[in-house]
Parts: sequence; structure tokens; C-alpha cells
Amino acid sequence: MMGFMLTIIRRDLLLIARQPAELINPLVFFVLVVALFPLGVSPEASILSQTAAGVIWVAAMLATLLSLELLFKLDHEDGSLEQLLLAPYPGWSLVLAKVLVHWLVSGLPLVLLSPLIASMLFLPSQALPSLMLSLLVGTPTLSLLGAIGAALVTGVRGGGMLLTLLILPLYVPVIIFGAASVAAGAQGLPIDGYMALLGAMLVFALMITPWAASAALKL
Amino acid sequence: MSSLDWRMPRWFHQMGSPKWFYEWGGRLQPWFALAALILLAWGMIWGLAFAPADYQQGNSFRIMYVHVPAAILSQSIFVTMALAGAIGIIWKMKVAFMVARSCIAIGATFTAIALLTGAIWGKPTWGTYWVWDARLTSTLVLLFLYAGVMALHQAISESQTAGKATAILALVGTINIPIIKYSVEWWNTLHQSSSFSLTEKPTMPAEMYVPLLLMVLGSYCLFALLVLMRTRTQILQTQSQTKWLTQHPDIEGV
Amino acid sequence: MFFNSLEDLWLMSGHGAFVWSCYGLFVGLLALNVWHSLSQRAQALKQVRAIARRVK
Repeated sequence: MMGFMLTIIRRDLLLIARQPAELINPLVFFVLVVALFPLGVSPEASILSQTAAGVIWVAAMLATLLSLELLFKLDHEDGSLEQLLLAPYPGWSLVLAKVLVHWLVSGLPLVLLSPLIASMLFLPSQALPSLMLSLLVGTPTLSLLGAIGAALVTGVRGGGMLLTLLILPLYVPVIIFGAASVAAGAQGLPIDGYMALLGAMLVFALMITPWAASAALKL
Repeated sequence: MSSLDWRMPRWFHQMGSPKWFYEWGGRLQPWFALAALILLAWGMIWGLAFAPADYQQGNSFRIMYVHVPAAILSQSIFVTMALAGAIGIIWKMKVAFMVARSCIAIGATFTAIALLTGAIWGKPTWGTYWVWDARLTSTLVLLFLYAGVMALHQAISESQTAGKATAILALVGTINIPIIKYSVEWWNTLHQSSSFSLTEKPTMPAEMYVPLLLMVLGSYCLFALLVLMRTRTQILQTQSQTKWLTQHPDIEGV
Repeated sequence: MFFNSLEDLWLMSGHGAFVWSCYGLFVGLLALNVWHSLSQRAQALKQVRAIARRVK
């Protein structure tokens, strides 16, 4: 089964490498949303730094949602998804492999970009470790939960918008604790509790989502 | 067939038969209607005109008698919907999927009532119509969950697939509801200056508590009535080719 | 009754608008649901009867 998963991972990464636009777009979106914020609200450091934690997390969420639709769509359209599901390996392994690729391509770059974003929004530099750590632990959870939505709307017209509607309520706990951990970090407060909770959510998502998503794919 | 089949009593599988459900549902309906009418009327009149006013909130606390039942029902209906969907998937019962589908509109209505009455209650209590109170925020998220289930159901044309897909979504949502509630409550205590809770339940004297009980029971009866009605309508829509239906007195006695 | 007069019941010492609008919402939205369920059923019955007549 490991071989199966590795094959999927390699194949998906190769497909993305051939069309780097899919990789770049959500990241550009992420930076754009963050850049629009001061334009819409205020360029003052005092105001921006207060809301920075939340804004970055919301932008990360939206960027993740953008790229989620493609998780299963392309394979579904050319029929390869059905074939992969017929393989003698459990459906959840397929989901897990694809989610890993999705995170490597959307979540991880977000984590790496976050220092740049943080400076744009005047987030205090002492919040940086908590920002990167919370995003590191939180974005996989976003990818996993999103996979359920993506699986449910595969083959449905207008799936993108519907996907967003389905997934956003599920993201509420992640964004609450993700942003809270960054805010705490900005004030120099300990973030262990938040990280523990985010970690617990990730573990929980890892246990439930691949199974639920594969059930949804087989519909 | 699931390996759980042999453990389930006969009546469980009987309920899954559309004909049986139609018959018995039809017989139970009038009783639920009567009970709902009596309990809700009694509860509302008592709550409006006979219960003593609250020490702190005065007469506006009477809103509790509609807000709390609505909130309770909004959550129980979501769980019921998820359970019905799970039964539909495990035992492959079409009737279960129909029941789940009936729950969507009713549950969303109760959630909307809870949200609106909660907001209106906020005005005399806290001075504004909307407060990011933990309960109101969680209720708003619940409304979004209902909207998601509704949207997913409409987006999938094949009804069996739609039933299964919404069941998965409802189940995932149900698991998430306590997590969402916990995180929103936690978030709220972080930001809230006052510690007053909208549905604070101190030890209430019987004159205040009993009407609430009546309203909750009456609301459940109304829910049962509506689910029966809507599920039987779906049975009508899907069983129109069967003999038992075309020869049924409801159809023939025109 | 808790109130001294029907007028007091209506005004609820200033909170009347809030209380009555909430009860109105409760009754109104649920009545709407009941009505909708009834009309759904009526429509379905009409269709089944039409099919039954054709079968005969």
C-alpha cells in the first residue's frame, strides 16, 4: 500500500509540475487578499497589527479552499478516479496521498510565505514562531477537512461555491484556535495549550477524514 | 446486507417499508397534531400572561419560552437527521433517507427562529440586536450547516446518491457541532466583558419552569408531526407506481 | 394573570414589541412550515391520483 500511495504522490506532483499555474494562483491570491486588507481598512500599524492574526488565518483558509476543488476534479473528469478507487487498496489511502500532495503544494508554501505576510501587516515579530507553527499544524487540518467537501461535490455542477459553503462551518474551530495562538504569541504568552488543541484537531481529522472522503468518492 | 441485520428487531425493518410507514404515520399524525396544539398553546399563554416577570430582565425574559425550545430543537433535529442518514446507509433503507430529508427544512426553521428571537432578546438585554455571544454564534454556524446540507441535496439529482451524500455531510457536521460549540464558547469567554449568559438558568420556580417544559414538549410533537407529513408526501411521490398506493383509500376516495 | 389588564399584557412595561415579535416569529414561521407541508402533500396526492386514473 505504501507503494501505491507513493505512486499517487509522485504522479500528482508531476501533473502539477507541468502546470505550475495551479500552484502559484492560490499563493498569489493569499498575498493579494492580505494586501487588500490595509487598502480597505487602514494602513496604520496599530490597527493592522491587532487584526493581523485573524486576517492571515482567514486568508489562508480562503486560499486553501480555492485549490481544494481541483483535488479530485481532474481525475474525475478523465475517468482515472474511478480506476484508482477500483485498485485493491483502501480508498482512504488514496485520499491521504492526494491530501498530502495538496498540502505540500498549498499549505506548506503558505507557512513559508507567512513571515512576508506578517511583516506586511505589522505583526509583532515575536508572534512569528507561533504564526508559522500554528499554520504548520493547522493547514493540514484544513486540507483534510476540505477533502471531505471536495469528495462530496465531485461531479456536481457549481461545485466550487458549494464546497466553500459546506466546509467553512467545519473550519470554525481551526480558525478560532489558530488565530488565538498567534494573538497570544504576539503578546509573549505561552501557546502550548493552543498548539495541543490544534494538534488534537489534526489527529482527529487524520483519523476521520480520509475514511469519510473515500466513502463520499464512492457515491 | 449488513451483518447487523440479525440483531435488529422486526419492527425496525418494518418501519423501513414505505407502506407500513405511510399507514402508521397517518394514524399517529392526528395525535401529534393535537398534542402539539395543546402543549404549545398552553405553554405560550402561561409564559406570556401567567408566569412572573424575571427580577433582572423584566418581561422580556418571556422570550425564553420560544427561544430556548427553538434552540434545543435546532440541535436535536440536526442529530436526528444525521442518525436517519446513517440508518439509511447502513441498512439501505429508503424511508430513512426520506426522514432525513424531511428534517432539513424543519430544523433550519427552528434554527432561524432561535437566531432571530435570540437577536431580538439581545436588544432590551444588552442594548444591541447582534452580539457575538457564544450561543448565538454557534447557532449561526448551525444555520450554515443546514444551508450546506440543503444545497448539497439540491445539487445532486439522483435521490439515492443525494441521500447518502447529505448523510455523510450531516454525520461529519454532527461530530463537529460539539467541537464548534466548545471553541466558540472558549473564544467568547476570551472576549466577553460581561459574564451574563442569554439563557442563564438559575433555579427557577415551578411557575417559570413548567411552561418551558410544555413548550419544549410541544415543539417536539410539532417536529414529529411535520416529519411524518413530509415523509409520507415523499412516499406518495416515489411509490406512485405501486399497487398498494394506487389502491389506497387516500387515492381512491376522491 | 400576572398582568393587571390586557393593555399591560400588550405593552409588557415597554418590552411589548420584543416579546410579541418573537412569539409572532415562532408561530408564524412554524405555521408556514405546516402550510407548506400540507400543500406539498396536496400536490403529491393530485399527481398520484392522475397516475392511478391512467392505470385504470
